[in-house]
Amino acid sequence: MAIIETQSLTKTFGKIQAVRGIDLKIEKGEIFGLLGPNGAGKTTTIGMLCTIVRPTSGAGIIAGFDIARQPTQVRRKVGIVFQDPTLDTILTGRENLELHARLYGIPSTVRNLWIEEMLELVDLRERADDLTKTYSGGMKRRLELARGLLHRPAVLFLDEPTLGLDPQTRARTWEYIRKMAQKEETTVVLTTHYMEEAQLMCNRIGIIDAGRIIALNTPENMIDSMGGDIVAITAPHPPLEIIRALPYVSGIKTIGDVTEITMKSAHLHLAKLLPLIPDVASVEMRKPTLNDVFIKLTGRDIQVDAKENGESWVDSVARYRQRGK
Amino acid sequence: MPAIVREENNNLNSNLLQKELLGISAVWWREFKVFWREKSRIVSSVVQPLMWLFLFGSGIGASLSVGSVTYRDYIYPGVLTMSVIFGSVFFGLYIIWDRKLDVLKAVLVAPVTRISIFFGKVLGGCTDVLLQVVILFVFSFLFPSVNPWGIPLALLILLITSIALVSLGLALGSLLESLEGFQVISTFLIFPLFFLSGALFPVDDKLPAWLSGLVKLNPLSYTVDGVRGALLGIHTYPFYIDLGIITLFAAAMLVLGSILFSRMK
Repeated sequence: MAIIETQSLTKTFGKIQAVRGIDLKIEKGEIFGLLGPNGAGKTTTIGMLCTIVRPTSGAGIIAGFDIARQPTQVRRKVGIVFQDPTLDTILTGRENLELHARLYGIPSTVRNLWIEEMLELVDLRERADDLTKTYSGGMKRRLELARGLLHRPAVLFLDEPTLGLDPQTRARTWEYIRKMAQKEETTVVLTTHYMEEAQLMCNRIGIIDAGRIIALNTPENMIDSMGGDIVAITAPHPPLEIIRALPYVSGIKTIGDVTEITMKSAHLHLAKLLPLIPDVASVEMRKPTLNDVFIKLTGRDIQVDAKENGESWVDSVARYRQRGK
Repeated sequence: MPAIVREENNNLNSNLLQKELLGISAVWWREFKVFWREKSRIVSSVVQPLMWLFLFGSGIGASLSVGSVTYRDYIYPGVLTMSVIFGSVFFGLYIIWDRKLDVLKAVLVAPVTRISIFFGKVLGGCTDVLLQVVILFVFSFLFPSVNPWGIPLALLILLITSIALVSLGLALGSLLESLEGFQVISTFLIFPLFFLSGALFPVDDKLPAWLSGLVKLNPLSYTVDGVRGALLGIHTYPFYIDLGIITLFAAAMLVLGSILFSRMK
């Protein structure tokens, strides 16, 4: 049985349909990525699955419990790391975990043991008794990951877990997430708009746009579906019809002077292709990314849509509400 | 869609109450940790009322006494009430900050009902405030007219008052989005509640009618009356009236607070 299953999950804020009928099936142990620009409905979807947001219609089941009718049981089964830090900065790292343990009813006999284990896992033992307001951004994130996993949830939700972190810290954070997912056999559902990270981390990805899942597959399959490598040629008058007719070419697109040709095994065919095009100024070749998949599906660039600072769930709700008026 | 698993349900319901009590105690524990950590706040919350008593009370008292009691002794119960008013309401309003800093968010997604979190907060606030009051009682030997045997009754009255006012603070804190409302509440609610409680002056027929009318409408006047009765033996109403009115006030505020806190976004 799938650990998460939703059926036409929908959320409307006023007149705005933030999530328009999501059907998902996520298996135990998966690292599942919800990918999409801000405002696509990622955070609202996670909010509904964590029972913070009440669905307008549709249903969802997590670890056997109904998100609308059994919120308390669902809450016990899930861990959440929010987009923005939610640590109690006036408490130490250890006290933050202790508060969480008490709130989740972890028996006092194992409380300290579990806390120690988690602190060990995220390498925070030495700083455990410092106030969290003295922590760096990366340390705060790690402590939040530890907190999210402390009560041994079946599913861990991570909303933009690396937003606002520098590249090195981001890489390390992903290491911790992978380590923890393996050790605790936790299913991880995360949202991100860093395409490369999603590609590296996730077993499966759902691309979400305007409240709908528009693609659902493994990152490898998604990229394969692009039909090969992308070759960008800058030339004033490319013979588009001739190029399109070539058997190894699967797609062609022009942006000003640049012609983007999608083709299989570009390294083999490029030498034959180039003599057909007059006055080539430059050639670039690359593997397609999830961003290309997104552009192909929506006609827009996710990285442009995504504001670097992102929005918290509360902000996006507030924004939807205002728009709804 | 698979059928929903219900087998665990019966099991869970049996210790539901226990889980909620754990949740309440978790929030309480947090509030106490925070209170204890901020020693400077504890000191200032005790020093300020002592300044009222010794600087203000001795100053006015130099040319004024109430009946057989010095003015400084006379306002001792009122200043205790003042500590409870300010400490409790501000504690409750503090959740505006908690929400701004997202501290509450992680607590609100825990498998604990909102009402339990609310009660945990109320208990936390009352504990803070009563500890301040207890420290002020330690100084009661400096006030010759105060009868130490009245302290337990005074504590009970102040505890109920604190429950009411922490709930009121939390109710307002749940409604307010920003700290701008803080000043407004302070000016138009807390100060009138304090000044109109008779904390600093006797409520007798010398008062203008409009003022004594307003004082009678203020539930906190009955706190001051009760505490003054317990400590100094000076009171207008019998204890059961004082206690009854404050208890009703506390019950109403608990209901209001838990409703607004549960609806808080």
